[in-house]
Amino acid sequence: MTSAPTRTRGQPRPGGSFSSWLDRNIRWVFPLPALAALFALTILPLLFNLILSTQDRSVSDALPSRSVGLGNFVQAFQDPRFWNATKLMFEFTLIAVPLQMLLGLGLALLLNRHMRAQGLVRAAVLLPMISTPVAVGLIWALMMDPNLGVLNYFLQTLGLGRSLWLADPRLVIPALALVDIWQWTPLVALILLAGLQTMPDDPFEAARIDGASSWQAFRYITWPLLQPALFAALTIRLIDALKTFDIIEVMTQGGPGNASETLNVYAYHTGFEFLRVGYTASLLTLLLVIVAVVAIGVNLLRRQA
Amino acid sequence: MSTRATGWRNLLPNLLLLIAIVVMLFPFVWMIMMSLKTQVQNTAAVPLWFFTPTWENYRNVIERNNFLQFTKNSMIVALSATLIGMVLGLPAAYAIARFKQRGLSLWILISRIIPYITFLLPLFLVFTKLNLIGSYTALIISHLIITLPLIVWITIAFFEDIPTDLEEAALVDGSSRVGAFVRIILPLVAPGIVTAGILAMIFSWNQFLFSLILGGPNTKTVPVAVFNFLSYGSQDYGAIAAAAVLITLPIILLSLTVQKYIVKGLTAGGVKG
Repeated sequence: MTSAPTRTRGQPRPGGSFSSWLDRNIRWVFPLPALAALFALTILPLLFNLILSTQDRSVSDALPSRSVGLGNFVQAFQDPRFWNATKLMFEFTLIAVPLQMLLGLGLALLLNRHMRAQGLVRAAVLLPMISTPVAVGLIWALMMDPNLGVLNYFLQTLGLGRSLWLADPRLVIPALALVDIWQWTPLVALILLAGLQTMPDDPFEAARIDGASSWQAFRYITWPLLQPALFAALTIRLIDALKTFDIIEVMTQGGPGNASETLNVYAYHTGFEFLRVGYTASLLTLLLVIVAVVAIGVNLLRRQA
Repeated sequence: MSTRATGWRNLLPNLLLLIAIVVMLFPFVWMIMMSLKTQVQNTAAVPLWFFTPTWENYRNVIERNNFLQFTKNSMIVALSATLIGMVLGLPAAYAIARFKQRGLSLWILISRIIPYITFLLPLFLVFTKLNLIGSYTALIISHLIITLPLIVWITIAFFEDIPTDLEEAALVDGSSRVGAFVRIILPLVAPGIVTAGILAMIFSWNQFLFSLILGGPNTKTVPVAVFNFLSYGSQDYGAIAAAAVLITLPIILLSLTVQKYIVKGLTAGGVKG
C-alpha cells in the first residue's frame, strides 16, 4: 500500500515528535482502539464459547468443570429437542424470508414512483423495523389473543372462523413468521428501493423506444440489475431470521410445549434457566456453524448469478 | 426511472400501496387505541372503534411501575454505549475510508453473523467473576457490541464521500492529521455522525437479551421491565399497550428527526438487534 500523497507535499510541521509520529502512523493508530475493543468483545468471547462447548460446566463455581471433548456435541446430536429446535428454526426462516423478499420487492416497486407525501410514506415504512422487538411482540400477542384478539375478529368478519394463533402448536411458527414478515419486509423494500434508484435511465429509455412492455422491461433490465441488492437483502434476512430471539421469547417463550422453541431460544433456556453452560455453548456453536454455512452458501450463489 | 403518470394508470399501484401502509400502521394504531381504553372496553367481545379515551393506563404504568427509573436506565446505557462507540469508532471508520483498510470489516461481519447469546454467555461468566452483573458498566460494555460495529459501518460510507482536497489543504497549512480530522473532517460528516448515533441509540434502546441477563433490579432497562411486567401474568391489556407505546415513542421521535439520512444508514448497516 502506498503512503498518502499528502505527506510528501506537507512541510515539516511544528509540534513535538509524538505529533509527527502520530501523523506517520495514523492509519494504524486510529483503528487500533476500535480493533482492540472489538477483539475483546467479540473474538475473545467467541473463543471462550468454543472452549466452554468442550466442558461440562455449570454457572456456579461450586461445581467443578471438566473437559468432555466433543461430548456435548455428541449429546446434542442425540437430543431430540436439538433436532426439533433446528427444524423449527428452518421452518420459521423458510416461511418468513421468501415472503419478505417477494412482498419487499413489490413494496419497493410501488415506492419507486413519483408521488405526493413521499416523506410520510417512507416514515410509515420505517416504523415497523425501528420498533422495539419487545413492544412488537407484546402488541402482536394481544392482537393474536384467541378470545379477544382483533385478528380473530377480522377473520370472523370475513367468515373464516377463529384461530388459536400462538396457542396452536401447528400454527405458532407461521404466526411468529407473520410478525417477522410485518417487521422486516420494510427493510427488504428499502434495500431494493436503494438498488432501484441507482439504476441508469438509458436501458429503460431504449426499451421504451423499442416498444418493450413494462413486464419485459422488468424481466430483462430491472431484475438483472437488481441482483446485488436482492442478494444483500437475502443474506441479511436469512442470517437474522435464523437468529430470531426477542419476538419468540416475548410472544411464546418457545411454547406451547416446544412447538416454537427454535435453536436460539432452546440455547437461551438451557443456558439461563437450567444453567448448563457447556451444553449451551455447544448448541450455540452448532447454531453459528449453520448460520455461517447459510451465509457462505448465499454468497456462492451470488457469484454464480 | 418512471415517468410522472397520472390518473387511472396509477390507481392500482396507489391502492396497493395504501393497503400496505394500512397493514404496517394498523398495529401501532391498535396499540394506541388499546392504551386509551379501560379494561372493560379492551375485553369487549366486539372491538370498540369509538370510545372516550382515558389516561388511566399511562398513569398506572408510570406511577406504579417505576417506569421513569427504567427509562433513565435505558437512556444512560444507550447514550454511554453510543458515545463510547463514537470515540472508538469514528477514527477507525475514517482510517478505513481514507487508507482503504478493509481489515475491520471482518469484525463487523462477525458481529453481524454471530447470535448475540454467543457473546453473552462468556460475558456473563466474566462479569459474574468481576462482580459486575447488575451494574451500568456491564450493560454499557455489552451494548458496545451493538453500537460500535454499527457506527463504524455507517460512517465509513459518509467518510468516503468527503473529497480529500480539503484535509490536504489543511495539512499543507501545517495542521496535524489529528487536527485536520477533528476540525475539518468531523464537521463535514456531521450528518453521518448524527445518523449513526441515532441508529446506535435505537438499537441499544431496543436491545433485550443483554439487558435481561446482565442488568439488575436497579439497572433494568425499559424492554426488560416491560417483559417482566408481562410475564408476571398481567392481564391488564391497557397497561401492556400503554407500556408498548411508551417504549416506542422515543425512538419514533428520534428516527423522524433524521429521516432523510436514516434509510442510507439502515441499508448501509442493515443491522438488527
